[in-house]
Amino acid sequence: MKIYLKIWRQKDASSKGKIVDYTMNGVEGDMSFLEMLDILNEDLISKGEVPIEFDHDCREGICGTCSLQINGRPHGPDRLITACQLHMRSFKDGDTIVIEPFRAKAFPVIKDLIVDRNAFERIQQAGGFISVNTSGNTVDANNIPIRKENADKAFNAAACIGCGACVAACKNASAMLFTSAKVSQFALLPQGRVEATERVQNMVRQMDLEGFGNCTNTGACEIECPKGISLENIARMNREYLSASIKG
Amino acid sequence: MSSLIKSSIARKMVMALSGLFLVLFLALHVTINLTSVISPDTFNQWSHFMGYNGLVQYIMQPLLIIGVIVHFVMGIVLEYQNTQARTIKYTKFKGAANASWVSRNMIITGLVVLAFLGLHFYDFWIHEMTYKYIQVNPEDPTRYYAETVEKFAPMWRTVLYVVSFGLLSLHLWHGFASSFQSMGLNNKYTPSIKSFTKIYAVVIPLVFVFIAIYHHLNPITH
Repeated sequence: MKIYLKIWRQKDASSKGKIVDYTMNGVEGDMSFLEMLDILNEDLISKGEVPIEFDHDCREGICGTCSLQINGRPHGPDRLITACQLHMRSFKDGDTIVIEPFRAKAFPVIKDLIVDRNAFERIQQAGGFISVNTSGNTVDANNIPIRKENADKAFNAAACIGCGACVAACKNASAMLFTSAKVSQFALLPQGRVEATERVQNMVRQMDLEGFGNCTNTGACEIECPKGISLENIARMNREYLSASIKG
Repeated sequence: MSSLIKSSIARKMVMALSGLFLVLFLALHVTINLTSVISPDTFNQWSHFMGYNGLVQYIMQPLLIIGVIVHFVMGIVLEYQNTQARTIKYTKFKGAANASWVSRNMIITGLVVLAFLGLHFYDFWIHEMTYKYIQVNPEDPTRYYAETVEKFAPMWRTVLYVVSFGLLSLHLWHGFASSFQSMGLNNKYTPSIKSFTKIYAVVIPLVFVFIAIYHHLNPITH
């Protein structure tokens, strides 16, 4: 296949970026999207040009490192996968593909297609944990009976890999889906209830401080989330937040 | 409690509550308006009651005005913050691939409805205030029907009302059910709430449209 690429190039965080055109010949359908970029980079290096920087790690769809906005959608056109699991068979010969970094004020571009997603780390650090001393005090997890429904919902929320596709897809660059998944995975379990009040307040406060936008319930985040995190989590976080604020 | 007031979630809740209040008001408004088609006398009685009852005038009317202002101001604040959250736009952004046009453009439908409210206030509220407090006319429980029908005589005004009700329908289509999500309600009743929202968003504006066109086509002949 012959593929025309329009890729965002930006030297560093302080430089102004621009879209640069590339043409790829001999692209095979079985190539992963990132392999296609690898080949393009090899070609650029062989010509003495600077390769395109992009985030990747596990290439198995589980680490949440890849963060490409492909043809206007985070992780590309296919549902429930990350960019590393996208294959070139999803495109046709002669297609033009626009590749950009995830865009949000809270996700500043570091270089080319790499963005700084430490805002998510700071939200997580604000309360996305339970304070348990496990050294020498390990307790069997099954000692506390938990309703199957709650266990399943907590597990589904915990499936969030923090890739940032929710922010990238949202017209407001809102981080409500990410934050709510992290709040929910603990709020649904008895171990997480102990610090539930402080957790939701601290995480929402940090989310607001980072400069993400407000949720307007368009549902774009849920559609584009590679792990299918549900909007139910946002409603749960809103409930948790209201209840925590009233309790003081 | 102070953190609640400052947070993004609280702002959304204020938006949701003021929106739900206005949705409830619409139901009352359309019910009274419908009597103008069915029974002019009943319409006159209701309008007179709404115009001179102390509870309505001094409690409900200020509450309604506050509701509109809060919903509008909060909408603008949220829109500004949302714009600031992505200062560098995408070269290509396929918003339609994952969200409806209506949900992505509430600010547009909202601003059109607000502009319509300006005309509507001028047509009826300013007129009413002038009649009662500037001209200091005596109470006349029989005047409302004729005044209303007369407003819809010009084609331009009827068309503006009809178009505005169309935009109101789009605004309600997303906003009504969305309010419940913002208030933290997303459960087994959500599909029913969404279905009811769609019915409400179509039926209420459609009845308003019917009333406007009906009065335009049936002027009072002296």
